[in-house]
Amino acid sequence: MKKGKGMRFVGDSRINADKTSQVPKDYSEYPGRTEAFWPNFLLKEWLVGSVFLVGFLCATIASPAPLQGLADPSDAGYIPLPDWYFLFLYQLLKYPFASGDFIILGMIVLPGLAFGALFLAPFLDNGPGRRPPQRPIAVGMMLLALISAIWLTYEAAGPVDFKQIAEDNPPVLQADIEIDTEHPGYEAYESSCLSCHGDSLDGGAAGPSLIGIEHTEEEIADIAVNGTGDMPPGMFEGSDEELADLADFILTVNEEAE
Amino acid sequence: MIQKLYDWIDDRIDVTPIWRDIADHEVPEHVNPAYHFSAFVYCFGGLTFFVVVIQVLSGMFLTMYYVPDIENAWKSVYYLQSQVAHGQIVRGMHHWGASVTIVMLLLHTMRVFFQGAYKKPRELNWMVGVLIFFVMLGLGFTGYLLPWDNKAYFATQVGLEMAEQVPFIGVYLKTLLSGHPTIVGAQTLTRFFAIHVFFLPAALFGLLAVHFILIRRQGIAGPL
Repeated sequence: MKKGKGMRFVGDSRINADKTSQVPKDYSEYPGRTEAFWPNFLLKEWLVGSVFLVGFLCATIASPAPLQGLADPSDAGYIPLPDWYFLFLYQLLKYPFASGDFIILGMIVLPGLAFGALFLAPFLDNGPGRRPPQRPIAVGMMLLALISAIWLTYEAAGPVDFKQIAEDNPPVLQADIEIDTEHPGYEAYESSCLSCHGDSLDGGAAGPSLIGIEHTEEEIADIAVNGTGDMPPGMFEGSDEELADLADFILTVNEEAE
Repeated sequence: MIQKLYDWIDDRIDVTPIWRDIADHEVPEHVNPAYHFSAFVYCFGGLTFFVVVIQVLSGMFLTMYYVPDIENAWKSVYYLQSQVAHGQIVRGMHHWGASVTIVMLLLHTMRVFFQGAYKKPRELNWMVGVLIFFVMLGLGFTGYLLPWDNKAYFATQVGLEMAEQVPFIGVYLKTLLSGHPTIVGAQTLTRFFAIHVFFLPAALFGLLAVHFILIRRQGIAGPL
């Protein structure tokens, strides 16, 4: 910047009245095939960015963001899971050497050491060499940490049936559902199903929500008699006519909920 | 016309040095994938920033519909998903973008680590980068609760129980985050919303600014 006498300003401001050159710097004298960022390289970056954005949008449209049912703090049967990038910590705290009496080890010491070392890596690995073979300890520790984190995540996520959890917790707008207690099938529902599936079919402690299910009338009648999954057989005991009314009732509520 | 407009502004506020500082710099051969395809590893940092921009924009649009209270939070997300034009896409971008950010950030961190690019004189920028990583994890954790569905609620409960295990300050930490020593409820949701939308983004923007200024000052680490 120009200094000293001879400086001219715009009005009473501190803006220099002498123009700065608008010609970009010349990088041809730099070592190698150096390119100017503006505008040469930025154009290529935008092209890559556009391709990335299109791919990302396609993936987003192909699999919509999941939404489960409204949070129900009384749902004791729900298996809690953190988002995938916290699974390694969640899994670590399940091991006996990192929980209970040793929770300090699992919660503070191990993560503290790992993230502390990550934060202070330039001072722990302070030799001059940059190539991985010149710093085997740092690279070895990082590989070990990476493999451990991947393995812990796999151990945590492997046994979980994410599809089943999503199916058991469909997003249903409860306010829209009006239970028609005059329906001929309601009496059968009240005596056979209500204690587990709740008075508005939205599920309870022992049974899942019956809203948002994808069964035909015959399948519902079959499940009421023979059970499915955790549901024992013989929950419904009555005449075939009552059974047909019951299945029709559940289907009617489902159709209203849509 | 545009040149005249530019000159008019430049006469008054001298913008040329400003944009020259931001835009006019060199791209060395060893980071340019046009010359060495393996240099694509240098794209991860830029892509992380690109996804962060997507997150900021999609998040701004989400707050047009989102209501941070336990009665309406889930309903507003459900409404956005099922009724609002393109609402599902905007929420999808924000939801998947969160995971893509973490993946890109991880790849960028690994590139810098395995190339030893954090060595002198770039120690400070590495530490700022690790802080950005922590802020991102915080954004992921707080944002996960906001839809107020079962998945969100129970994940937060687990997370807060973990925070409670921290010796001495655990209970206070949990209370600070959730508004109550035992209840995960209305206060928790508003606090997580405030942290997710105001506190952490403010920290993130500050750290990103320092990160970028330091890169421009020091230049990209040379070839191995």
